[in-house]
Amino acid sequence: MTPEIALLLAQDGISTGAIYVLVALGLVLVFLVTRVIFVPFGDVVGYAALTLAALQLKQMPGTVWLVLTLAVLATAMETWALVRAGEASRLPRAVLVYAVLPIVPAVLVFFAAGHDLPMWLGIVLTLAIVLPISPLLYRIAFRPLADASVLVLLIVAVAVHFAMSGMALIFFGPEGFRTQPMTDAFFNVGPIGVSGQSLLIVGSSALFSFLLFVMFERTLIGKALRATAVNRLGARLVGIMPQTTGAIAFMLASALAGISGILIGPVATLYYDSGFLIGLKAFVGAIIGGLVSYPATAVGAILVGLLESYAAFWDSAFKEVLVFGALIPVLIWQSLMSRGGVEEEIEEEEGDG
Amino acid sequence: MRRLPCILLAVVIAFIALAPSLLSTFTITLMNYIGIYAIAALGLVLLTGVGGLTSFGQAAFIGIGAYSTAWFTAVHGGSPWIGLLLALALTGITATVLGATTLRLSGHFLPLSTIAWGIAIFFVFGNLDALNRYSGLSGIPPISIGPKSLEGTRAIYYFIWLVLGLVMLLCHNLLDSRQGRAIRSLRGGAAMVESLAIDTFRMRLAVFVLAGLLAGLSGWLYAHMQRFVNPSPFDIRPGIELLFMALVGGTGQIAGAVVGAAIVVLLKNVLQDVLPSITRYNAQMEAVLFGVLFIVLLQKARGGVVPLIRRLLPRTRPAMPVDAPALVRRTAAQLLFGQPLLRIENATKRFGALVAVNEVSFEVRPGEVLGLIGPNGAGKTTLLNLITGTAKPNAGKIMFLGDDVTTLPPRRIAAKGMARTFQHVKLRPNMTLIDNVLLGTYPRTRSGFFAGALRLDRAEERSARFEALQQLKRVGLAEKFGELAGNLPLGQQRLLEVARALAANPVVVVLDEPAAGLRALEKKTLSDLLRTLRSEGMTIVLVEHDMDFVMNLVDRIVVMDFGAKLTEGLPAEIRADARVQEAYLGGVA
Repeated sequence: MTPEIALLLAQDGISTGAIYVLVALGLVLVFLVTRVIFVPFGDVVGYAALTLAALQLKQMPGTVWLVLTLAVLATAMETWALVRAGEASRLPRAVLVYAVLPIVPAVLVFFAAGHDLPMWLGIVLTLAIVLPISPLLYRIAFRPLADASVLVLLIVAVAVHFAMSGMALIFFGPEGFRTQPMTDAFFNVGPIGVSGQSLLIVGSSALFSFLLFVMFERTLIGKALRATAVNRLGARLVGIMPQTTGAIAFMLASALAGISGILIGPVATLYYDSGFLIGLKAFVGAIIGGLVSYPATAVGAILVGLLESYAAFWDSAFKEVLVFGALIPVLIWQSLMSRGGVEEEIEEEEGDG
Repeated sequence: MRRLPCILLAVVIAFIALAPSLLSTFTITLMNYIGIYAIAALGLVLLTGVGGLTSFGQAAFIGIGAYSTAWFTAVHGGSPWIGLLLALALTGITATVLGATTLRLSGHFLPLSTIAWGIAIFFVFGNLDALNRYSGLSGIPPISIGPKSLEGTRAIYYFIWLVLGLVMLLCHNLLDSRQGRAIRSLRGGAAMVESLAIDTFRMRLAVFVLAGLLAGLSGWLYAHMQRFVNPSPFDIRPGIELLFMALVGGTGQIAGAVVGAAIVVLLKNVLQDVLPSITRYNAQMEAVLFGVLFIVLLQKARGGVVPLIRRLLPRTRPAMPVDAPALVRRTAAQLLFGQPLLRIENATKRFGALVAVNEVSFEVRPGEVLGLIGPNGAGKTTLLNLITGTAKPNAGKIMFLGDDVTTLPPRRIAAKGMARTFQHVKLRPNMTLIDNVLLGTYPRTRSGFFAGALRLDRAEERSARFEALQQLKRVGLAEKFGELAGNLPLGQQRLLEVARALAANPVVVVLDEPAAGLRALEKKTLSDLLRTLRSEGMTIVLVEHDMDFVMNLVDRIVVMDFGAKLTEGLPAEIRADARVQEAYLGGVA
């Protein structure tokens, strides 16, 4: 391996890693606030890329049908819950939140599809239609189980992925897509060339990570999210509703997934199921960060990107094996680190039946 | 009506025995799959339902089993029986390595890494030339027993179900033994488990490896039934389906594995018939339906199918323990006469800036009852946690039986002869009273996994059950030995904890507010019991708020206030101490 190739691989690894950073931050955010390990998160990233690709090819994106399906389900569940609780007066608001808000972008995309859209409009529409997916999944699959153990929530998350990947193939078809590059700029830095697209990826990743940081530190919503993450009961006592912070966390995650999908679209050919692997690799990054620290997560995600890039050069068939296999030393290391303190485990009182 | 479950079992066995002469070859093929998946699902039942862990990589373990025997028999022409050993060895080693790396971390790291590793192993199968990449290995010979070759659907049918029946029996025996009870106690937090001298990590590892071995066995059968293997049945997706089988059948129910496997295999078969006529996306619709059913199951009926059926059957009451030779008791020579049993030297515990226990020193002498009192927030429970090893002091030393136990984990201190109860009762509500007390005998008994599974532990088990019943008698709960602990009122749950502590034949019992929530009569039972124990020479340390209870029972009292020791002395001295009155009443004197 020559130094030039090493640098090239490093550049490639860092830009892939930058995307994993955004995905991993979303995963950690959702986990800390709701204790859900959001396995289908990667699927949402894939949907964003496929939606933009479909719009650019003047096709109808499958996301329209997906969002409509989820909105109908969520509205039905919310209506049923409200009627049973005798709180029919809250129905209009529920319909607004679970039906109108998600359906508006779906309808917009429905009418925009097939037309020649400028790049920015395609991106805006993609973000708008991806945004409701995670909060709707939260309402349908996770909120009814808010008091269940992390383990049960994880199993549900895997089941959601199972269902979502089935739907994705129906809605998007088996073909792979790649979106148009957002910029053709190209810079020569010393011996290697740097594409504008990778600069855009790294820049956006840094920008949105920073915005997330500012939101956590400076805004009331951010503080409410942090409070819920630290102590759910305590947050409730000061008037923070876990359902609300949960929905916000999922919405933010959706936004991060949308951005990641749009950024990765031009650099990789994505299929209906590619998102899952992206999500899992981001997971590896998040686990390097111990699923608790945002900066450590970002570092971990970049490391995964680099590892993947070098592994692909070494033997592309075993790329995935190496990336997932890297989990083992990471876990050993964390296992050794955690040996010092006595593990404080949350008591689980699960009623059977 | 008592014999109904037995009749039911006989009917099921008769059906399985007669099935080949009643049903079509196609149905028998389905039943073969049910049997093979049930073996692997049984592993998940133990892991998820019993042990409180989860793996999405069970299909990958089946894959390791299937590929190792396929490689050995089809490529190298070896015997399937050696292939079985190879399959079990490889799955066992893989599970041990994977478990050893993840099981010390909190609960969700194991399932997450099983997803990642389940995917990784799929790519390994698909990319190794030695395993013929994605095309897979064919020409696997059938299993033969002596001259009889198990070739063909019907020939292997009895073998599969025989193996399944055997492993179900072994697992049933195991769960009803010393190690099995320890595995069953894993679900619901480690604090109680460790206080019983049970090594949580070792138990988790054991159940994870056991689940892996069952998958390896299932993979071996799979390879020799199919006579062909390729990577796709060992992907993450079938791994999720196996978990679905384990959960739909019934968490923690051995029969649930078969019921779950049958439901999933038959449902898939029906869907494959029906879906193509409705939609051209039949495979995808199947995934969506399974995903949705799985979510609905977890939201609405987390217990699964078998408990629902069980509810219709009369509950089989466990047999009354019979008289048996007593378990070995600690001899007096093991105590150090004249020396304090327990010595706390300048123990300090800080939580951030808060000093919960500040330079506390005192001794507990053999045979005395020591009361630890103090206003709320004085640091009494934290101090108990330091003594029992649940928390570690920032400074100072804890000496127990002449040894420094400051850095020992709780299970090692428990094994040395310290038993405890908890301020918030920690029992296993889904286990019977006698099983809960039997957990207490864990450090006094020796039987291992094999002895338990093969029922070689019966003599020791009888002694342990007899001992447990004796302890239940002492706390007045012997009549209810077969009831579930969760059905007891709080007061009796506290007494049950005391019985569990006594079953360990401890040198010292540490009781954290044993009288809280007890009714007058129960309080009387408890104080009579503690008095009897004292007369037998048992050392007792107790934290208690009920002053009448404390003053009439204890020999000496240590008073704590704001983390520090205020004073210590005889009950009468403490009652007269102005500082104690001030601490409790805020300085009226």
